[in-house]
Amino acid sequence: MAKTKVISAKEAASFVKDGMTVMIGGFMTNGTAESIIKEIAASGAKDLTVICNDAGYQGVGTGRLLANGQIKKLIASHVGLNKECGQKYSAGELDLVLQPQGTLAEQVRAGGAGLGGFLTPTGLGTTVAEGKDIITVDGQQYVLEKPLRADVAIVQGYIADESGNVRYKGSTRNFNPLMASAADTVIVEVEKIVPAGEIGPDYVETPHIYVDYLVLKEEA
Amino acid sequence: MERSEIKPFIAKRVAKELHDGDVVNLGIGLPTMIPDYLDPSIKITLQSENGFIGLAAADPESPDAAYIVNAGGQPAGIEKDGMFFDSATSFSIIRGGHVDATVLGSLQVDEKGNIANWIIPGKMVPGMGGAMDLVVGAKKVIVAMEHTQKGSPKILKECTLPLTAKNQVNMIVTEMGVMDVTPEGIVLKEYNPEFTVEEIQAATEAKLIIADDLKPMV
Repeated sequence: MAKTKVISAKEAASFVKDGMTVMIGGFMTNGTAESIIKEIAASGAKDLTVICNDAGYQGVGTGRLLANGQIKKLIASHVGLNKECGQKYSAGELDLVLQPQGTLAEQVRAGGAGLGGFLTPTGLGTTVAEGKDIITVDGQQYVLEKPLRADVAIVQGYIADESGNVRYKGSTRNFNPLMASAADTVIVEVEKIVPAGEIGPDYVETPHIYVDYLVLKEEA
Repeated sequence: MERSEIKPFIAKRVAKELHDGDVVNLGIGLPTMIPDYLDPSIKITLQSENGFIGLAAADPESPDAAYIVNAGGQPAGIEKDGMFFDSATSFSIIRGGHVDATVLGSLQVDEKGNIANWIIPGKMVPGMGGAMDLVVGAKKVIVAMEHTQKGSPKILKECTLPLTAKNQVNMIVTEMGVMDVTPEGIVLKEYNPEFTVEEIQAATEAKLIIADDLKPMV
């Protein structure tokens, strides 16, 4: 039986090294693995490319790494609820790539699914389509969007079994299961770890074969 | 009309466009007021782009309360028949035409049904979030907004801000009237009797086509 190693948040953070691309799950910090994020902030790893739906809030979630000056490039769909993000972008301190949320999610899915990209009508006739291939299928135009992958994915689950199978809770699921499929090293922070089989094969949402390490959420 | 009455007035009118059984995505701000004005006989299902169907008011008593937020990141709840899913599924629902209507605010709309509501270059760079997918994917796109920005028109011949999408807006509801976007242009089909048609045209850059059966907005 597979068994996934349980490590500390600090050990998890040590996988994130200067210049790496990191996926961070969550939507406005709902579903962001804050214990691990805090340790990445403490580690000082820099020049990171972060792929996350948003910039979190000022000093929270992805916003914590942003405030710390650790992010060189951010690929996101919405950053309006973190003022600091706009300020850093305007000051030329941040390379910001904004993608439609559905496109961003599908790019991550494609990255994990071995696809070379996908065709979407979203963004046609807007700045999002600039510099991208436009492909016509049966008379309808689409934008070709390419897959995204990362060196490390920081995922938040709710419960894992000791094999590394994961379930989520509420709306925290969002980008997490997608990112769990699209990185070389996948670390999942959970609130509880239960014996293998306890989640039940019908109820596993992220299969353990995606998961390299588990972290038990550390109290703030 | 008092300023404080404008948003509820618009929300109340948009509520009449929604049908029993519709799956609806509501943007942040004014559109979130719409469910309060639905006829009690009409039940709609709200889609939340961050990953669920059955968006409801937050229930602080629920043990899951801390795990549920709406698309604005605020505490939310879920209906008994609701379900959560990941973001790729959420946008498969949106892009795949499974959402009957989306209602959202806008900075600008034009007579071709183009919409611009995600960026003011050099001023505000919040990002598009799910708006680009929503306006492309939803079967009906209703823009609910104040008619002007402090007197300057928002309904234009051609949007000047970067677009959210091309040719996607079906209807515009403001405190001055209800307009359909047609291949011929913007048709004023209802007007708020507090304004004359001339006043509405004066507040609109696009040339309005006046419907033969123009009615007062109720």
